[in-house]
Amino acid sequence: MSLEFVLLIFLPLLAAVFVPILFKKLKSIHTGWFVLLVPVVLFIYYLSFLKTTMNGKVAISEIPWIPSLDISFVSYIDGLSLLFSLLITGIGALVVLYSIFYLDKNREKLNNFYVYLLMFMTAMLGIVQSDHVITLYLFWELTSISSFLLIGYWYTRDRSRFGALKSMLITIFGGLMLLGGFVLLSIMGDTYSIRELIANSAAIFEHEYFILALVLVLLGAFTKSAQFPFYIWLPDAMEAPTPVSAYLHSATMVKAGLYLVARFTPVFAASEVWIWLVTGIGLLTLFWGSFFAVKQTDLKAILAFSTVSQLGLIMSLLGAGAVSYHVEGANAALFKFAAFAAIFHLINHAMFKGSLFMVAGIVDHQTGTRDIRKLGGLMSIMPISFTVAFIGSMSMAGLPPFGGFLSKELFLKSMIALPEFELFNFATWGMIFPILAWIASVFTFVYSFYFVFKTFTGKKKPEPLPIQPKEASLGMLISPVLLAAVVVVIFFIPNLIGKAFVNPAVVATQSDLFTHPDEVGIQVSAWHGFWSPELLMTLGVIGLGLVLFLTMARWQKLYDIQPQYFSLNALYDSLLTFGEVGMNRLSRFYMTGLIRTYLIYMFSFIVLLTTASLFIQNAFVVDMDSFAPLNAYGLMTAIILVIAVCMVLFAKTRLAAIIALGAVGYSVALFFVIYKAPDLALTQLVIETVSVALFLLAFHHLPGLKRHGETMKFRLGNFIIAAAVGVMITLVALSAHSQKMIPSISQYYKDTVFTEAAGGNIVNVILVDYRGFDTLFEIAVLAIAGIGVYSMIRLRLSRKENSDESK
Amino acid sequence: MKANDVILQTATKVVAFIIFLFSVHIFFAGHFAPGGGFVGGLLTTAAIVLLLLAFDLKTVQKALPFDFMIVVAIGLLLALGTAAGSILFDVPFFTHAFDDFALPLFGVSSLHTAMIFDAGVYLVVVGSTITMIQAIGGDS
Repeated sequence: MSLEFVLLIFLPLLAAVFVPILFKKLKSIHTGWFVLLVPVVLFIYYLSFLKTTMNGKVAISEIPWIPSLDISFVSYIDGLSLLFSLLITGIGALVVLYSIFYLDKNREKLNNFYVYLLMFMTAMLGIVQSDHVITLYLFWELTSISSFLLIGYWYTRDRSRFGALKSMLITIFGGLMLLGGFVLLSIMGDTYSIRELIANSAAIFEHEYFILALVLVLLGAFTKSAQFPFYIWLPDAMEAPTPVSAYLHSATMVKAGLYLVARFTPVFAASEVWIWLVTGIGLLTLFWGSFFAVKQTDLKAILAFSTVSQLGLIMSLLGAGAVSYHVEGANAALFKFAAFAAIFHLINHAMFKGSLFMVAGIVDHQTGTRDIRKLGGLMSIMPISFTVAFIGSMSMAGLPPFGGFLSKELFLKSMIALPEFELFNFATWGMIFPILAWIASVFTFVYSFYFVFKTFTGKKKPEPLPIQPKEASLGMLISPVLLAAVVVVIFFIPNLIGKAFVNPAVVATQSDLFTHPDEVGIQVSAWHGFWSPELLMTLGVIGLGLVLFLTMARWQKLYDIQPQYFSLNALYDSLLTFGEVGMNRLSRFYMTGLIRTYLIYMFSFIVLLTTASLFIQNAFVVDMDSFAPLNAYGLMTAIILVIAVCMVLFAKTRLAAIIALGAVGYSVALFFVIYKAPDLALTQLVIETVSVALFLLAFHHLPGLKRHGETMKFRLGNFIIAAAVGVMITLVALSAHSQKMIPSISQYYKDTVFTEAAGGNIVNVILVDYRGFDTLFEIAVLAIAGIGVYSMIRLRLSRKENSDESK
Repeated sequence: MKANDVILQTATKVVAFIIFLFSVHIFFAGHFAPGGGFVGGLLTTAAIVLLLLAFDLKTVQKALPFDFMIVVAIGLLLALGTAAGSILFDVPFFTHAFDDFALPLFGVSSLHTAMIFDAGVYLVVVGSTITMIQAIGGDS
């Protein structure tokens, strides 16, 4: 194909640039109409790839981004990515259409909404089409960010901001883990390309980082797809506008994790950890979500938990699909079902969940509340919405004649097969899978009925609803009706759907087993014959589900047993509180604001590091031979110096301390004389005089300082640290003196001071000629110090004000 | 200060000049004997400080009507100019040049661009120390 169709991924982003302009300039037309064009065009365009993927071929388009690092944007379209792309653009178009009627063009900030939505669309297309792990990660984070913006769309509400932050923290955490996993994978497989990683999967399996990479990738997938225990952000993300919930939190973004698992199945399926984790966590999520969905009273919360649960179902099927890499012979066909069932249910779920969210939005929009306790008896008022909700719920519960029935049958079939898998302890623990799946299905049945019948049937509640309910406008109904129609259609033509969409996708997830979509050869039929175990289980689900639904009022108290503080949300909250309060306390503990404390830290660490490395490296050597002989002058000066230093320490008044400090300075000058450094001695004498004078001046002029004629207070800690620093410096100096690695450079100066530099005073020639650069900046330092003192004293703001007043 | 400082002031008038001359000597001798711009500058400062001690701030400011901040600036410019001047002659930054010149009053003398650099050092030292002392002293 000549066209670089990878650029089409960026079409929504490009369109987003024009949204604010259209919103500002064309106020009379709802901006959504312009936006609608984008997903529709893309949907039609991606449909044209159907033929390619049905023939088992792939289409690749690539533009380099950072060629020197081997990073490029790739659009790799095989069955799996095409299926997702179609879902994203198709449901995207319906959601945009729905939002046109849902969001008021005068009251809402539509420019923000559609920019975020288009940004999200690009990100999602990028995830599913990227063949390059780094750009996949890029798009992955872009979905997190745009989802954050969309959840916080009504940013004046507290709950919106809370939900946005929660989803951001959790998904970004997963995203970063995913990045780690990708980096490990690309190190192990020596490539960034997912296709080549799959080709190298045998080598990757042998690598020592394999398990780490596996867990990191799964963390990314689980957080994004709201698996246990990371599902907690999804119910709080329901504060988003309903079109967003329908699009992001049912049909697309939460399936990004599923996509990731499906895509990387060929890389990781060889491992038992992968199968156990994906299947186990998936089933646990399925059960957990369905159990807690019944507890919710908010329509969207029910749907959120149901999404969590259904995502767990698909996840567990993907895990079971990986089993087929290990099984040969008669059972193998059974596990190939699992991957098929996963993809099939993924399509189903996107359809019915999208429509259900839209219905929930309609109910909210037309009645003013989403609280199921206040709703009831809406069937006669909103018949179309009820029909759609009914179809969606029944499909969700897995009843014929809706698409959900078929996927539920396939699901149960795969779960029943799991105990027959002999490797990895499945024979002993495997029975737990079908049982858990069955119980979860019962609860799914219960909440599906709960959702639709508590809302639409029964008596009208005596309390008046905030808005007088009436059927929604036609435009708002188009999208859910279309989706519901698809749900019904799927039931009647499952094999057509299978051939067109599911089989090519299955080939992508099980690339070792199939090379061509036609080889998958799974026929879905609504009727498996009498007394098949799946049918019996479905009958059981219906029977027990009905009983549970009718007696709901009696056993709903069960949920009150779990105390509020003992939940995952409470754990999240306390983690955040711990993060804020605990870290605050920690930093307040060591950041005392006292310079004394910080100096103690610094000195202790310098002493510890230096002394430890001195002895660990065995670098402490004292070579007595290199010492010069001690002379009497030196000894005497040293004694004077020590006495003066002690006087500084024990002086009662500051004046005495300053004078003693002067004595120290002059004895140092004396040392320079003794050790034949006339320049230094001269400078030291003068500078000491000037600085003592400055000290006295400063001392005299410091106003308001309490003059306490006491000795410095003795503190043991200070003493120890001071002593340690002294000892450390002595040790370092001794051992540095004893080990001269290379001879001194000074011979060169001696030889060339006259010939090259026309001077006799080596010190001065070094200062102004050999190394005049240093001097240049030293005088700059001096100048800065002078200006600094001047400005600190002369240019104080308060003084200026005072002088102004005096004038 | 009400006390009679005649002895101090009279002595200062003599001694300050001696110190100043000594500082000039130290400065010029720097290249061959101990000394140089830094010590020279400090000694000049010492002379001025002595003046400050014997007289008061205003008198000294009247006697030495410089803005010492400008002295600092001139010193820095001199030092940087010497260092940068070498670029004009297509040699690396900070290359000094020296030669013997026949001067009208001094006869044949060796002149060295390092001396100009040292003069910069001298001026910066004098300027900044006096700026500090004046700033602190003038505060009260």
